[in-house]
Amino acid sequence: MIRITVGDEAIEGRDGQTIAGVLIGAGRTAWRTAQTGDRGVFCGIGVCHDCLVTVNDVEGVRACQREAVDGDRVEREVRA
Amino acid sequence: MRVAVIGSGIVGAACALALVEGGAEVVVIDRVGVAGETSSRCEGNLLVSDKAPGAEADLAVASNAMWRVLAARLDAERPSCQPLTEFEAKGGIVVAFDGGEPALERFAEAQRATGIRAEAMDVAALTEAEPFLSREVVHAVHYPDDAQIQPSTATQALLDTAVRAGARLVIGEVTGALGRAGRPGRLSGVMTTAGPIEADVVVNCAGPWAGEVAARLGARLDIRPRRGVILVTTPMPQRVFHKVYDSDYVGAVGSGDAALQTSTVVESTPGGTVLIGSSRERVGFDDRPGVAPAAAIAAKAVRLFPFLEETLLLRSYFGFRPYAPDHLPVIGADPEIVGLVHATGHEGAGIGLAPATAELVVHAVLGAPTALDPTPFLPGRASLQETA
Amino acid sequence: MTAATGTVGTTGTTGATRVAILGGGPAGLAAAQAALAAGAAVTLLDEGGRLGGQYWRHHEGLTDRRLQHGWARFERLRGVLDRAEVHTGASVWSAEASDGVVRLRAVVGAADAAGRVALDIEADAVVVATGAHDLALPVPGWTLPGVTTAGAAQALAKRDGVTVGRRTVVSGAGPFLLPVAQSLSVAGSEVVGVHEASRLGGLAAGWLPRPWQLVGKAGELVEYVGALARHRIPYRIGSGVVRVLGTDRVEGVVIAALDADWRPIPGTEREVACDSVALGHGFTPRLEVAIALGAVIEGDRRGRFVVVDESQRTSVDGVFAAGEVTGIGGADAALAEGAVAGFMAAGGALDDGRMRGPLAVRRRMRAFAARLERAHGIQPGWTSWLSDDTVVCRCENVTRRTIAVRADAPLRAMKLATRAGLGACQGRTCGRAVEAIVADAGGAPEGFDRRPVLAPVRLGEVAAVATGGPEQ
Ligand SMILES: Cc1cc2nc3c(=O)[nH]c(=O)nc-3n(C[C@H](O)[C@H](O)[C@H](O)COP(=O)(O)OP(=O)(O)OC[C@H]3O[C@@H](n4cnc5c(N)ncnc54)[C@H](O)[C@@H]3O)c2cc1C
Ligand SMILES: Cc1cc2nc3c(=O)[nH]c(=O)nc-3n(C[C@H](O)[C@H](O)[C@H](O)COP(=O)(O)OP(=O)(O)OC[C@H]3O[C@@H](n4cnc5c(N)ncnc54)[C@H](O)[C@@H]3O)c2cc1C
Repeated sequence: MIRITVGDEAIEGRDGQTIAGVLIGAGRTAWRTAQTGDRGVFCGIGVCHDCLVTVNDVEGVRACQREAVDGDRVEREVRA
Repeated sequence: MRVAVIGSGIVGAACALALVEGGAEVVVIDRVGVAGETSSRCEGNLLVSDKAPGAEADLAVASNAMWRVLAARLDAERPSCQPLTEFEAKGGIVVAFDGGEPALERFAEAQRATGIRAEAMDVAALTEAEPFLSREVVHAVHYPDDAQIQPSTATQALLDTAVRAGARLVIGEVTGALGRAGRPGRLSGVMTTAGPIEADVVVNCAGPWAGEVAARLGARLDIRPRRGVILVTTPMPQRVFHKVYDSDYVGAVGSGDAALQTSTVVESTPGGTVLIGSSRERVGFDDRPGVAPAAAIAAKAVRLFPFLEETLLLRSYFGFRPYAPDHLPVIGADPEIVGLVHATGHEGAGIGLAPATAELVVHAVLGAPTALDPTPFLPGRASLQETA
Repeated sequence: MTAATGTVGTTGTTGATRVAILGGGPAGLAAAQAALAAGAAVTLLDEGGRLGGQYWRHHEGLTDRRLQHGWARFERLRGVLDRAEVHTGASVWSAEASDGVVRLRAVVGAADAAGRVALDIEADAVVVATGAHDLALPVPGWTLPGVTTAGAAQALAKRDGVTVGRRTVVSGAGPFLLPVAQSLSVAGSEVVGVHEASRLGGLAAGWLPRPWQLVGKAGELVEYVGALARHRIPYRIGSGVVRVLGTDRVEGVVIAALDADWRPIPGTEREVACDSVALGHGFTPRLEVAIALGAVIEGDRRGRFVVVDESQRTSVDGVFAAGEVTGIGGADAALAEGAVAGFMAAGGALDDGRMRGPLAVRRRMRAFAARLERAHGIQPGWTSWLSDDTVVCRCENVTRRTIAVRADAPLRAMKLATRAGLGACQGRTCGRAVEAIVADAGGAPEGFDRRPVLAPVRLGEVAAVATGGPEQ
């Protein structure tokens, strides 16, 4: 079991899951604010860049590619 | 008067609009289409700050003023299908690292003498203007007249407007001259892959290929390509507010050295990306720049704005600046072939210089009055004849 | 920053041919095995955290065994890699070939982390085995959360053991929709239906006469069909999702019958409630590495691939290609081509006895790939399910109308005027769709495949090439 924070909330996932896997496992389908609404996973293999999040203060991390590590701080990205 | 304009980059498009509005019957010929080449592979800096006093600086100052009027007009009169020019009078900030301030100040002082506004900034003003700039910067000069445009859409807007005013666009490649029976050395139009096009005057706006086009028309013109690479980051909240560049830019522009040179201009675009230019290399039309120029530009950009270190590179692209051996634009009548006018060789300033170039072309073709001095740019000038 | 540079790929037997393999999917793994067998010093790189590519995507603790196929083959291929230098988590962002030397630059570390370790590979030959990604055609409403590609549904189910929704509609074309439906079911979503755009006529001309070739092995096909039956999943041909419904997320879809051109047939629309949609209309090869290396690409907007000869050699000396980058043929084709490419890159000969098997499989699978394209290839009528304001470029939110209006501009100018394809994915997702819309409007698209930045990389990591970067 691992625990990461998403904004102010702590969520749990299974060891080895990607950040996208943890988020979806916790019932979330969208976590980025795009110009026309929220986005989550689309291609699932690192090609479409729809699922980008900020992880531990580094912007532009593909949630579907990044394996979650206990204690990761995940933040929403907003495209104005 | 029937005028054939070869090339619909920014120079051809600006000339076409000015000519059609001056009363000419205009056909624009391009083998790729509108803004398919250099004018979509560059940046859109409308700079006065990088020009040392001289003929080109005078042209740049005049053209900068013309762009303000022209861009506003293109955007105001545009139908919804025509893209915006994205003109922005954001101003430029030229910065110097330790040891660079005397050279920058000397350069700015010379510019002030010619009427270019160049204001020294203290550290407090600089921090307020560009909060993310490196603390290593010790001196900066603000150029309020530097501006920015989206060169590709500006070119498309110019040509759309010219077409609405009656110009015709032909997609085809110019392959040779239409001669005038019994009158050698005189053009009566051009041969193209889309058929012959008759014209009283032919204007060569073929950018880096202008030398090749001139040869096909029987003229001699030495225009060479100088490759430049640009980096684009992923979109982000705005952290760069002016055009910010290192003062070593000033050295690179006028240099004729073939080896890789870089100088960094950093700016943000309305799309949220940061644009970082650029390099200069004389490698012909080689289309595989490899990583060396990108790495060199990135290193300088990160030095200017340390936050860029962690910024993702989205893409890179490159174009070929058209330059003449004496590094001045070539605008005016060919010295030998009657009916042929050139408008090229703008090197890294063709976007900025396009409106003034168009005015000089209308002067050359239609005899319209101009306050600009055409002589330094004439194709027959001595400094070109020696090297051609 | 912790970036460091080291030149590797020079290890191994002195004098051995240095073969770099880019991609650790079926093609890359088979290439590595064959190159090792031919005596080469092999370096294999893949961006993923684990080897296996798309076909063998897995995680030791998370993947349901029922979703793994040909696992023994994978373990055999992986088993020989202890004689190679293997880098996972290695994003290759630059590739150059000149004067017989191939140069790959990668950053190695957690995906998209800052300051990953720089890796600089020099080799005598390279096998480009970068595979493909899904081609999901735009549908009104496809930007709603809950819509993913079929491949995403597959990857999430296999790799992470999750599904985006509880009631999923699968829509698109091709046999790949079958394993996707199975995975969704196993991982916990009901599959409301699988909608195959092609009609019976097309299927009859394609793989139906030889269904055992569908996924290479009869067993695999039978298993999928069995899974559909077991989970009572309806499989409907000549139909597809033509609109996704919902305000903040997927609430349902509109399904319509499609004619042979994939044009929705008026009057056949019906609404189906669901909370997720998986779209997969085919695959797009990942060509950017091959293009950066200078390899010739051929085809049109229905499909462009790396051109290779009998030896899997591209137009560039020392550059080989295998797997989905050379044509969409499935895992068995990728394995066979990989074996040929690796062997030849290592200096082997085609008439070597060890090549007989792979060459035979390759021949058979290429014929199969042609039938696959005939049966399931995208038909031009699909654009008629778009409305003017359907977002086509997801990154920059560019609509069909905006693209069509500037369709007569050269591609570069069109992109700069509309921003289509200029966003974070660089047209990987929308490229083929934009080309189709431009073609509909009478324009002549020249292609979206050239992308000089091959994988996400940070400016500091690029700068390190110039500054040398700190020592490791
Ligand atoms: C990296 C880089 C950065 C730059 N940054 C700036 C900047 O910030 N500010 C600035 O002012 N300038 C900048 N420039 C310079 C500027 O881009 C050029 O000066 C300008 O685009 C040249 O425009 P053009 O119309 O002459 O050429 P092009 O835009 O190249 O147009 C020439 C046209 O001629 C056509 N053509 C050629 N041969 C034939 C033929 N035989 N028949 C028919 N058609 C033909 C071509 O298809 C082409 O469309 C930059 C250039 C580069 C490369
Ligand atoms: C999401 C998805 C899921 C799929 N699942 C199945 C399935 O379950 N069953 C099935 O029969 N078929 C599946 N396919 C079809 C699949 O493409 C083939 O069957 C097979 O995997 C192709 O093998 P390959 O070796 O050509 O490419 P791939 O398996 O795609 O392998 C290519 C590898 O190259 C790597 N790569 C690419 N570019 C770079 C770079 N710049 N730097 C570093 N590494 C790079 C990728 O990370 C990838 O691992 C799937 C396809 C997709 C897109």
